[in-house]
Amino acid sequence: MSDLYKLHGLNNSQVGRYGRQLITPGVGVAGQEALLAAKVLVVGAGGLGCPIAMYLAGAGVGTIGIVDYDTVEVGNLHRQIGHNELKEGHAKAVSLATACQQLNSSISVIPHTVTFTSDTALDLIARYDIVVDASDNVATRYLINDASVLANKILVSGSALKWDGQVTVYHYNNGPCYRCLFPVPPPAETVTRCSDGGVLGPIVGVIGSLQALEVIKIITNNSDGVLSGRLMLYDGLAGTFKTVKIRSRQPGCVVCGDNPTLTELIDYPQFCSSPYSDKSSKVDDRIEDELIMTCKQYKSILDTNKKHILLDVRPKNQFEICSLPNSTNIPIDELSRESSIKTIEELAINENEILPIYIVCRRGNKSQDAATILGNKLNSTEKSTNSFIIKHIRDGLTGWNEEIDPTFPLY
Amino acid sequence: MIVNIELSGGLEILFSNKKNHQFELSGDSIPLKQLVYWMRDNHVKERPELFVENGTVRPGILVLINDTDWELEGGIDAIIEDGDTVSFISTLHGG
Ligand SMILES: [Zn+2]
Repeated sequence: MSDLYKLHGLNNSQVGRYGRQLITPGVGVAGQEALLAAKVLVVGAGGLGCPIAMYLAGAGVGTIGIVDYDTVEVGNLHRQIGHNELKEGHAKAVSLATACQQLNSSISVIPHTVTFTSDTALDLIARYDIVVDASDNVATRYLINDASVLANKILVSGSALKWDGQVTVYHYNNGPCYRCLFPVPPPAETVTRCSDGGVLGPIVGVIGSLQALEVIKIITNNSDGVLSGRLMLYDGLAGTFKTVKIRSRQPGCVVCGDNPTLTELIDYPQFCSSPYSDKSSKVDDRIEDELIMTCKQYKSILDTNKKHILLDVRPKNQFEICSLPNSTNIPIDELSRESSIKTIEELAINENEILPIYIVCRRGNKSQDAATILGNKLNSTEKSTNSFIIKHIRDGLTGWNEEIDPTFPLY
Repeated sequence: MIVNIELSGGLEILFSNKKNHQFELSGDSIPLKQLVYWMRDNHVKERPELFVENGTVRPGILVLINDTDWELEGGIDAIIEDGDTVSFISTLHGG
């Protein structure tokens, strides 16, 4: 009988489920049918991916793919609220797909637990209409861009760090792509990852929600307002949104330009000099051996009560979380200040001896820079006849936790 | 002349952790390149290479002049006038 009442393909349960959305101006029956027919790939099941996938599932996007190789950790849950404590150790893609299906069992949600790389990206993207960048690292962002342009798919991009977020849409209606805007990747040392800089749950919540909304606008053909050629900036701490006009598609762009030279995917970790991950791996030594000390060596210094200075160069708020006994905190950004050098000299120069200076940080990365900075400041000045022994502690406090004392807090 | 500077995406850390600055400069206008060098030399206290590289703003920073991409205004060769606002936005990669 219901065919007497309507001339469209939505059944009564769909009309009931999506009613509030259906009656919203700009959506309607046509919009809902388009949503149900749409196929969207969400790359990343983390802080951005959770709200994106959940809202798209709620809205009735017919096919949602979720790609992520990572597993759920309790330290994710302050921001990745599509997962939960019971999912610890489970694949994020599967966990988030399950949450989406619990919200809406009438759509199809496909978890892809592969690593998203140059080898897998095009095959995955080919099965979908729209790609959403919910990744957490610069190499994956270039990969997603190039793969989306090569496969001719629209890319909805969002990113977040600390209290800030950014949203825009690439490769839409002849608009720019990521490379039009950023043809050269940033120097690796200028990129701050969420695992180093921090991020708040509501920030990725806002940005992910905005990305989901852009997807809905694109599918329902509300094209005028799509954030293409514009970048939305959210400063959560200041409480401001700002949308700025960005360049149009660049004819000289290597991937979306008039004569593209990039016609297949490349090695993105090499291109960006950084891995497909936000996670911190073991830090390689960049400095000479004589400037390096292991956690075990430092432990034996402590055990034998050898006099020394322990300098912790992490930011102040990290030092407040946990620190080794008797360490002095001078953040690396303040290290080259005259006052800092003076403090260190005063600590190190004892009555008739110069105490060795050991430098520690979270993972043994910044402590290497600090050793170089301190060496230049303390040992290279001509006026100084003092010779300071300076060493950084390899693997830092993370190493201390792993090798010496598992009760040392990790964050 | 007065130039308003906005910093975001973490770049404010290089500028005494302040997001908004107002700089007074002599003359009626200044090439952006000169302004960037002046900012680096007078206001970036640590690690200037995080702001300027190879004679221009380093990759990964989007520059806006009065809320419009500098690419539409001549890039590093744009001329900044009294009262203009120049924004330097570090692109974010996290999620
Ligand atoms: Zn492009």
